Formats: sequence, C-alpha cells, structure tokens
Amino acid sequence: MTTTTSPLRPRRSPLLTGLMLLYLVYTLVPLLWLLLSATKTQADLLDSPGLWFGDHFALFANIKDTLTYDGGIFVRWLGNTLLYVVVGAGGATLLSTAAGYGLAKYKFAGRRIVFAVLLGAVAVPGTALAVPTFLMFSDLGLTNTVWAIIIPSLISPFGLYLMWVYAGEAIPGDLLEAARIDGAGEIRIFFTVALRLLAPGIVTVLLFAVVSTWNNYFLPLIMLSKPSLYPLTVGLTQWSNQATGVGARPIYNLVITGSLLTIVPLVIAFLLLQRFWQSGLTAGSVKQ
Amino acid sequence: MNAQKKSNNERNTAMKSSHRRSARRLLVVTAAVTAASLVLAACGGSDQAGSSSQPQGSAAAVDEALAKGGTITYWSWTPSAEAQVKAFEKQYPNVKVNYVNAGTGNDHYTKLQNVIKAGSGAPDVAQIEYQALPQFALPGSLVDLREYGFDSLESAYTASTWGAVHAGDGLFGLPQDSGPMALFYNKEVFDKYGLTVPKTWDEFVAAGKKLHQADPKKYITNDTGDAGFATSMIWQAGGKPFTTDGKNVTINLADDGTKKWTGVWNQLVTGGLVASIPGWSDEWFKALGDGTIATLPIGAWMPGVLESSVKAGAGKWRVAPLPTYDGQPATAENGGSAQSVLKQSANPALAAAFVRWLNHGEGVKPFLSSGGFPSTVADLKDPAFVDKKSAYFGGQAANQVLTAAAGTVVKDWSYLPFQLYANSIFGDTVGKSYQAKTDLDPGLKAWQDALVTYGNQQGFQTNS
Amino acid sequence: MADSVALRSRRAWLHRDTKGWIFVGPFLAVFALTFLAPIGYAIYLSLFREQAFFGGTTFVGLANYADVLRDAKFWESFGRVALFLVVQVPVMLVLALLAALAIDSARLHASGFFRIVIFLPYAVPGVVAVLLWGYLYGTNFGLAADLNDLFNTTAIQPLSQHWMLPSIANIVTWEFVGYNMLIFYSALRTVPEELYEAAAIDGAGTWRTVLAVKLPALRGAIVIATIFSIIGSFQLFNEPNILRTLAPNVITTYYTPNMYAYNLSFAGQQFNYSATVALVMGLFTAVIAYVVQLRGSREAL
Repeated sequence: MTTTTSPLRPRRSPLLTGLMLLYLVYTLVPLLWLLLSATKTQADLLDSPGLWFGDHFALFANIKDTLTYDGGIFVRWLGNTLLYVVVGAGGATLLSTAAGYGLAKYKFAGRRIVFAVLLGAVAVPGTALAVPTFLMFSDLGLTNTVWAIIIPSLISPFGLYLMWVYAGEAIPGDLLEAARIDGAGEIRIFFTVALRLLAPGIVTVLLFAVVSTWNNYFLPLIMLSKPSLYPLTVGLTQWSNQATGVGARPIYNLVITGSLLTIVPLVIAFLLLQRFWQSGLTAGSVKQ
Repeated sequence: MNAQKKSNNERNTAMKSSHRRSARRLLVVTAAVTAASLVLAACGGSDQAGSSSQPQGSAAAVDEALAKGGTITYWSWTPSAEAQVKAFEKQYPNVKVNYVNAGTGNDHYTKLQNVIKAGSGAPDVAQIEYQALPQFALPGSLVDLREYGFDSLESAYTASTWGAVHAGDGLFGLPQDSGPMALFYNKEVFDKYGLTVPKTWDEFVAAGKKLHQADPKKYITNDTGDAGFATSMIWQAGGKPFTTDGKNVTINLADDGTKKWTGVWNQLVTGGLVASIPGWSDEWFKALGDGTIATLPIGAWMPGVLESSVKAGAGKWRVAPLPTYDGQPATAENGGSAQSVLKQSANPALAAAFVRWLNHGEGVKPFLSSGGFPSTVADLKDPAFVDKKSAYFGGQAANQVLTAAAGTVVKDWSYLPFQLYANSIFGDTVGKSYQAKTDLDPGLKAWQDALVTYGNQQGFQTNS
Repeated sequence: MADSVALRSRRAWLHRDTKGWIFVGPFLAVFALTFLAPIGYAIYLSLFREQAFFGGTTFVGLANYADVLRDAKFWESFGRVALFLVVQVPVMLVLALLAALAIDSARLHASGFFRIVIFLPYAVPGVVAVLLWGYLYGTNFGLAADLNDLFNTTAIQPLSQHWMLPSIANIVTWEFVGYNMLIFYSALRTVPEELYEAAAIDGAGTWRTVLAVKLPALRGAIVIATIFSIIGSFQLFNEPNILRTLAPNVITTYYTPNMYAYNLSFAGQQFNYSATVALVMGLFTAVIAYVVQLRGSREAL
C-alpha cells in the first residue's frame, strides 16, 4: 500500500466505489433479468419468477435453437448486421472525422451555415420523414437493397459535432502549421498528424456509430421487405410479433436469447476499442 | 362498382401518383447533384408502366397463365404459408413463388401501403385481414377477381367470409380462414369456484362477479380495450355502426346493437371485473395458463394458439357457444384473412390462379394441418374435422361447437373503409373510458366523432 | 523573421479556406441525400393536402401550419416532452457527469468494469425492452407486483396514468446515463497530463482539480450532450412506443410530438399533416438547441 498520494495517483476510495456500486445495481437489475431469462424455456418464462432461474437450465438449448430456427435465419441476420455496421459505422466515422476536422481547423466561409443547417436538419424528427425517404429511395431503386441501410448510416451528425469539438481541443494549430512548413499536403497532414491525435475521439465516435447502426431498427423496417436482408433488430421484432394474432406462435425464449446474443459482439467491440482511451493523448501535445 | 366510377378512380390515382412522383424526382435530382461525388449504382430508377398495362382477364386466362408458368411474389405471415408455397410449386413446377414474410399485421400493412404509394415493389399476392380489406380495395389497389369469374365460387365459402371479401360490388380476395366467436373457458377454474357455463351475457357478468369476489386475483376475462374485439361484440349484438355506399359513410356508435353490448360490458369495466392484461402480451399467455383469466370470447382459430403456446392450460380449457343476449345462438366473426391480388402485379392471372389454389383447392389441406380454422363450407362439414377429439380440450370435440358457430354469424356486417386507422385511435378515445373504469358510451362517442372528422378529411361524405 | 512567418501563415489561411471543403464535402454530399432531400420533400408536402381515398391533392399554402399551431393534441404532446426535458435531462446529465468523473478519478476500484456496465443498457435492443420493462413494471406478475405484495400495498403502479412519465424517464435515464458518461469520459481523456501536473504543483486537491481543470475541459462536451439530450427529449419516441403495447390506454397516439407525427403518417396516411407536425417540432427544437449552443459557447469564451 502506498502512502504517498498525489493527484495523479490518488488512493482508491471505498466510499466512491460503494456509491458507484449502488448505481451499478440500478443498471444491472434489468440486465440480470435478461441474462436469467435467456436460461429459461418458453414454458418456464411464463411460470418462474423473473429474477431467478426456472426449472430447466436451457441457455445452451436456447442458443442452439436461436441459431437454427427457421433454417438458421438468425445467422444470416447477424451477417447482415455485421455488414451494415462495418460499412455503415466505419464510413460514418470516417466521414464525420474528416468533416469535424475540416470544420474545426479550416476557417472557410459558410461554416456557420453548415452548423445551422446541420442542427436544423437533426432537429426534425426522422420518423415523420420515413415515408418521404422511402418514396425517394424507391424512385432511386434503392429500397430492398443493402444500400438503403448503408447510405443513411453513413451520416452521424452527432459524430460530426463531437469530432468538431474534439478536433478543436486536441489538435494544436502550431502542429499543423509546422507540418505545412515541412511541405506536407493537407490530406497527408490529416492522415499522418490529425488522425493520431484524434484517436480517443475517433474511438468514441466509432463506438457510438457501431452501437447505433447495430441497433438501427426503424430505417430497415421501412426500407426492407425481404427477410434475407434484415438486420438482427428487425428480425428479432418479427420473431416477437409472432406472438400476435390468429396464427400466434410465441417464441419469447428465442427473442430473449437472440437479444442477449446481439449484445455480446457489442461488448467485445467495446473491450477492443476502450484501449484507445488510455493510449490516446500520450503523443505529447501541448495545449493551453 | 360501375365501370365509369372505377376508371375515374384509377385515373385519379394515376394522376395523383405521377404528380407526386415528379415532385419527388425533382428533389431527388437536386440531392443527386449535390451528392455528385457519390456514385450511386442503379440511379436510373424504375419507371414501370403500372396502370396502363391492364390485361383482359377471364376464367380461361387463369388456367392459361398456370400452364404457361412464371414467377410471382407472395406476402403473408400465416404459419402455413411456407408449406403451402412448397406444395404449390411441387404441383406446378413451372411457377416460382417468392414467399416473403414482410411482417405481422400493421408492419405488413405499412409496407404494403408504402410500396403501393411508391408505385412499385408490391407483391403479386398478399394476405389481407377482412377488417383491412376495404381500405385496400376502395382506393383501387386490389384486382376485382370477378374478372376471372371467381364470383362463381360463392357457394364454397361461409356467408360471413364471402361477405368480408367484398367491397362495394367488387370481389377483392378469396377467404382463407374464419373466426366465428365462441366462449373458451378454463374448466378447472369454473369447477373450483362453482361457476356454470354462461348461456347469456347476464349470466356471464354474474359469473364474473362471483369469481372476482371469491379471488380478487382472478378475472372472468381480460380486456384493455381492443378495437377488433369491440367491433366483433357490437356485430354479435346486432349493431351496424358502419355503412359505406360509394363515397358516403355513416358512422353510428350509439345504435341499438352497440347499446346492447355496452349495457353488458359497462358492468364488467366499471366493476373492475376484467383483467387489465393486454392481449398477446407474455403476461397474457401466462394468465391463460395459470387461471388468472377464466374465459376468452374469441375467434374459432384460438385452439391452435392455445395448444402451441399455452402448454400449461392443456386439459383445462373447453369451448362453449358464445353467450348471447336472449339465449338464441348468434355470433360474430373475429379476425381472419383473405388472399388478394395486387393491381401492381405484372401477372395478375397467374396471381389469381395461386389465390384460387390456396383457398379453393389443394392449398386448404396444409392450412388445415397447421391448425387453421377454414372458411370453406366443405371442410366445415367434413366429419373428420368436425368430430375430431382434442386432448388439449380434455377430449371434447371442440370443432363441433366451433363449426356450429360458423353457421350462426349475424348477417350484413361491414367494416369501415379506414378500419386500420379507426383501430389505431381506439385507445385514444374508448381507451380513456377503460382507463377510468367508466361507461364506454362516451368513449365510443369520441371515437365516432374522430372517425367522422377523419372520413371527411379523406374525401368521404361522412355522417353520424 | 516574425513578420515573414505571419505573412506566410496569412497566405496559408487563404489557401486553406477552400481546402476545408475537401474534408467537409463528402459528409455534406451524403447528408444532402439522406437528410436535406427528405426534409425538402417534407416542406413540399406540408404545403398540400391530399385525400387518401377520393378528391386528390390541393395546394393549401400555410394552412397546415396554422392547423398545427391550433391543434390541442400537438400542444398536449409538446407540453409533455417539455416537462420531461426540464426534469429528466438535468438528472441524467448530472448522473453521467458524476459517473464520468468517478471513473476518471482513478479513485475507483475496477473502474473499467463500471465503465462498460454503465454503458451496456444502451446496447440492449429495443425489441426485448417490451418484455424486460413489461416484467419490471408489471403489476400482475412482474417486479412491481412482487414489491406491492412485499409491502402489502397496491401503490406501485408504474404503468398508470400518473406514473407513466416518470416510468419513461426512468427507462431513458437507465439507457442514456452510460451514453453521456462516455461523451464526458472521452473528453476528460483529452485533458493533457501537464495540466494535472501544474494543478498538483499548485497544491490543488481532488475537488479543486475537478473545478479548475476538469469541468472547464468538459464544457464543449457538456454543451453537445445537452443539445443532443434536448433533441432526444423533443423527439421522444422509442420508450413510450414500447410501453404503449403494455399500457395502450395511457399512451395515446399523440403522447409525444414524434409519436403524433408517426401515427398520422403510418396509421392515418395523413402525410401532409404529419410532415407539418415534424417540421414545426423541428423548428422549435432547432431554435432551443441553437440558443443553448450560443449560451454554451459564449460562456466558453
């Protein structure tokens, strides 16, 4: 146990940890329900207490059923989702990083207008625009194709906004100036100097883009009518809706297990990406 | 519908959509210019002909199309759809049917409405519930199957389902399943609390009071306000709240039949005797298994749902005729769908052939074996179907009760031409009465007012 | 020497002006297609009135806008989300800020674990939320029923009229504290180590460091989080829509402005009016968000 305490290496505080544990309980109770429910059969789901195990431990049977139900369509949806996430969220991160950097570091005319238009556009609720967007995409022949999902996913106004602020804070103007004096081109400066400094911001934007593309529900619901193109969210909702109406066949156990399986890749992505927060700004930038 | 009115209607739709499309195109072009850096594959768009290529249909054309073969797309969410498509393709190897489950209920209709509005992308054949059929038929989105002589198939179907596939004079689909209502009850609960199976609604209310007094956690049934259920109950009571004649729609949710129903149902709602568990929720399935909900007045297709999804209720449930107001048998339809041919179809004759096969041919068999309740008279009379004993129902020949119900459906009911919208605002209006546990009549009045306003906005002459 | 550098950089500024578009252009191109074009189409739609069955389309000018401003349902829903905004957003952001500071403080055991668990709710797909909250809020079989039994009461009614808005606020808070925490946390990671060292040399304790170094560094992030929370509140849709299946009579089709626009369009095929509601709501939201942005950045100067 070290006795020297500096603000840089402070002592661990049991009180703070305790307070945070309280909040953790609040966060975990619903997740615990999800985890426990994934271990239950459809019958046990209806007959056993919500926050305890059922009569049968069916987690592995549920996982197997989820992956094989309806000819293994879940795996197909998983693949679709991965495609949408890799291309959509990857592209969104690249576009908003470049644009945020451009807006923060180049004082060209019209930046204020860009900001105002962006804010105005984001403020209009997207659900009401779904039908107009559908009709336009239909005219372009894009509905029922992967592009109907990927192209709109490329835009993350939130990501752009975040990068704008990050770039303003994290990239010293002197550094760019120095690179220019060395004769580097603008695009090269962006890729060699700026990207490195922006890493924590990029990781954050990427994480948000990944999660929001992963959970993208409304757009694919409207744009796609072929189940073979569905992402997980729409597919699972279809399973869930099976419990309704004349031919009802509820498969809540698969919906729950499927939802749990859907979270796992996100946790992995999170664990992989979080390293970048630690290593982000050790490059030694000085900014007052 | 007379020919002149129909063609006017069509031209109107075509004009509207071309007007809309040109505006859309302008914006798309503007956007595309701005987005010049973006390379869009398939930018050409699809300018399909649509309304102009109207083939002349006839009964012979259907057989011809079937012989010639081709490819059609079918949207449906019925559990039997996949098996039916497979059987059809086996029988007609030169026809390819793309089966698509585009969603259940409202998701399905949303997508259908979108592709109709967009002018392309619609399936050739779609499942459409009876209550939604006029909404698609009246604006001219469905093919009138009289063109193919399907009006001669009338005698094959029950009167109520045959009526349900008509809008105006047109025939806009062939019925698949039907849902004459019956009273499903949990015999275990009835025995335990000494209840007798109610023959009239007054007895039903009395049983509800007795049960809830004996155990405050038990309810005679559940109802959180469901438009489908309410309209069926009004139907059974002899109400005719909705009448449509061309552009004229009359809405009267205070007619004698409606009042007869609220006279009974108000007692249950105000007395807190119905469980506030929404239908089709996981809670509901649980409550059906553990006796919390003692009865369900619901369509004849319910046994399939109970058997597959309420395993805990096996052996406990029984079926009885729906209670009535005077003890004389009378019931209403609840749920059920038809298959229709879309106007957008490039091969409507082949699509019609598929519909005929589904609901007036070999297609009925896979439907029956999936646990469906038919609309075809021959199957409803087939002893193998009628007298089948069900272990789930404790050995009762449940279909005897249910097929008998199919013959006692009250005649001349019709839904609104915008029933889906009407159902969507049921909670806003009648739901308020349920919420406050007060008489339903003011809520029904509010529903009526909202519907009259909406009808007039959409081009109808709506009166109350 | 100094003069020539200044001259050089002024020329570079001019030069760079246009080069900024290289970076902003691609984003704006896709943005125009996916955001601006539909909004343009919505503006066009808002000037017409179309009858879904008979009659066709007529140009009505600004009549739809006048209708929205006189629409009691619109104002009811607007009032509801405004109340939600005023109460829920501060609670959520303060919790997120405290969590971010705690995790960043290095005084927490297992901070990496906290970081991911608090973020997890945001990753739970919406489809399972109905089942999940149906259980937690359920007064027949759910956790609420168990609590009522435990305390021998029937007071806990999360899905009833009066509890509904707090119940929704609870779900949104549960989901988005982690989301906002990450925004703050990653902003804290951009604070240069040197600033902490300088503060330490000045003898600043934990709280002084928070006030003097961390909070100022977070200002930009707080402004963004606030703006997006305002937009999110005004566009509230998913959570009430999920609870609607559990309490169909409490949550009307016009419970929030966004639900109203959605139901007008999807259930009623009233595309013109729906577009108008969305645009009016968008205008209100943008103005409020813009004011927050201006205030935020003025204080930053």
